[in-house]
Amino acid sequence: MTARRVHLEVNGQPVEVAEGSSVAAAIARLGVPCRRSVRGEWRAPLCGMGVCFECRVRIDGVAQQRSCMLPAREGMRVHTDD
Amino acid sequence: MTERYDVLVVGAGPAGLAAAQAAASHGVRVGLRDAQARAGGQVWRHDVLAGVPRLARRSIAAALAPAGVEWLAQTRVLLAEAGDLLVEDPQRARRLEYAALVLATGARELLLPFPGWTLPGVTGAGGLQALAKQDWPLAGKRVVVAGSGPLLFAAAATARRHGARVLGIHEQAGREAVARFAVGLWRWPGKLAQAMALRAQLLGTGYHCGSLVRRALGAERVQAVEIEGQHGVQRLDCDLVAVGYGLVPDLRLAHMLGCASEAEGAHERISVDGAQRTSIAGVYAAGEVCGIGGRDCARVEGAMAGHAAAGAQARAAQLQGARRHARAFAAQLRRHFALRPEVRGLAEPDTVVCRCEDVPLCALDGYTDSRSAKLATRCGMGACQGRICGSVLAELGRFPRRGDRPPLFPARLSSLSGEAAANPRDA
Repeated sequence: MTARRVHLEVNGQPVEVAEGSSVAAAIARLGVPCRRSVRGEWRAPLCGMGVCFECRVRIDGVAQQRSCMLPAREGMRVHTDD
Repeated sequence: MTERYDVLVVGAGPAGLAAAQAAASHGVRVGLRDAQARAGGQVWRHDVLAGVPRLARRSIAAALAPAGVEWLAQTRVLLAEAGDLLVEDPQRARRLEYAALVLATGARELLLPFPGWTLPGVTGAGGLQALAKQDWPLAGKRVVVAGSGPLLFAAAATARRHGARVLGIHEQAGREAVARFAVGLWRWPGKLAQAMALRAQLLGTGYHCGSLVRRALGAERVQAVEIEGQHGVQRLDCDLVAVGYGLVPDLRLAHMLGCASEAEGAHERISVDGAQRTSIAGVYAAGEVCGIGGRDCARVEGAMAGHAAAGAQARAAQLQGARRHARAFAAQLRRHFALRPEVRGLAEPDTVVCRCEDVPLCALDGYTDSRSAKLATRCGMGACQGRICGSVLAELGRFPRRGDRPPLFPARLSSLSGEAAANPRDA
C-alpha cells in the first residue's frame, strides 16, 4: 500500500510525509526538537497523545498548536521554537 | 450554536465506540465526540503504515455507520455544565446539549521523572507507540523500552514494525511477579493469545524483569541510558528511550461535572454502580476512566453504559457477568505490576517535575497541597495544566492534584467570548 504524499514546510525547509502522518512526525523527519522550555532546554514529544504539550509549535501563524494532534496537510507552514 | 443529543458520548476509544453503537441500536440520536481526527482512541489509533486491527475496524464502522450517530472529530471539551458541554473544533465553538452523557475519556500514561527525562528522544512507552503510528521516523533507530506493564510489549512491537531496533524491554516488576501474572492468563484466553502474538513478534528482543531506567544521558538529545537490573548498573547507547509506568484514568471532565471518584492506588477513578451510572443523574462512565482494565473491559462497560443511557436498563444488566470477568483481569494487572518503591525515588532534587514551568522536585519540598505549591512555584500552571506533574506528585506521595478549573484545554478566546455572550451571568 503506497500512501499519498503530503508536502509541507518546517522552519522554511521542505518536508514530505505520508498522508495521515502528524505534524510532529514531519518535524522529527527534519531531526529538530519542537520548543525551548522556560529555562531554555530543548523539548520534543513525550506523550504522543495531546496530553503533555511538549510538542507545541506554530502552524500557519497560529502559535501553541500540539503537533502530535494534527495531521500534516499540503502546504502547511510549521515553525518550531517560538 | 447548539446541538442536542439524546446520548452524548465523550471519547471514541473502545468504550465510547461500544457506547455509541449500543445507544444507537435503540433508535436515539447519538453524538460521539473525540479530540482526535480519527475514531479508535489510543489503543486503536490508526497506524499510517498498518491501519488498525480487524476488531477495531469493525467496531469503528459499527459505531459510526448508524444514521442516528453523529461523529464529532477533533472536538475538545472546554466547559461542562448540567445538561451541556461547550466544545471547540478547528473551526468553531458550540454547545452540545444532552439528555444522557457517557464519559469514555480513557486514560493517560503514567510518566514518572528520572534524571534526563526531559531530553528530546525520551518518550512514554505508549507515547512512542502513538508517535510511531503517526509515522514518527523510527527506521534504524536504537530504542530502549522500559517501565511497567503489558503496554511495553505493544510499544516495542509497534516500534519494531516501524523499523526500530529495540535493544531491550526493561520491566520494573520482578521476575516472580511477572511469572505469576503470566500463569494466571489462562482465565482470559483473548489476553493470552494477544500476549503470545506480541511475544512472537518480539523474538530476539530481550525482556528483563526487575530492571529500571535510572537516568537518560545526552547533550541536546538522549544518547544513552543507565539501567539498573539484576546484574548491577549498565550503560546502553541508544537513540530513543520509551518509559511508561502504566496508565492513570483521565478524570478531568468527570470532576468538572461533579462525579464522585474513589482511590485507585495513588490516583483516582470514577465511582459507578452496576449500570455504569456515576453519582450525577444522567451521567454514565465506562472503560479506563472507571479504573484501568484494558480494551475488553472498556468494550463491555461501554456497551452497558450505551444501553443504560438510552433507557434500556435490562440490556445493560445482561452484561454484568462479562464485566466482572474483565474487571478481574484488571485486578491481576494491578497486583502483579505494582510499582516498586525504587521507581518513586528515581528523581533527584534538581530533576524537573513540572515540565511546562521547569520546576525541580526540590522546589516542592515542604508543600502539602497543590494549590500552595502552584502559587509559590508555578508547578502545574503551564500549558498541560498539571496533567503530567499532577500524576507524578500523586504517585510520589507528595500531594494529589486538586482544583482543576475550566477551560479543560487552552481555548481560543473567541470560543470563550461566545460563551460569555451566551451566558451574561458569567460575564
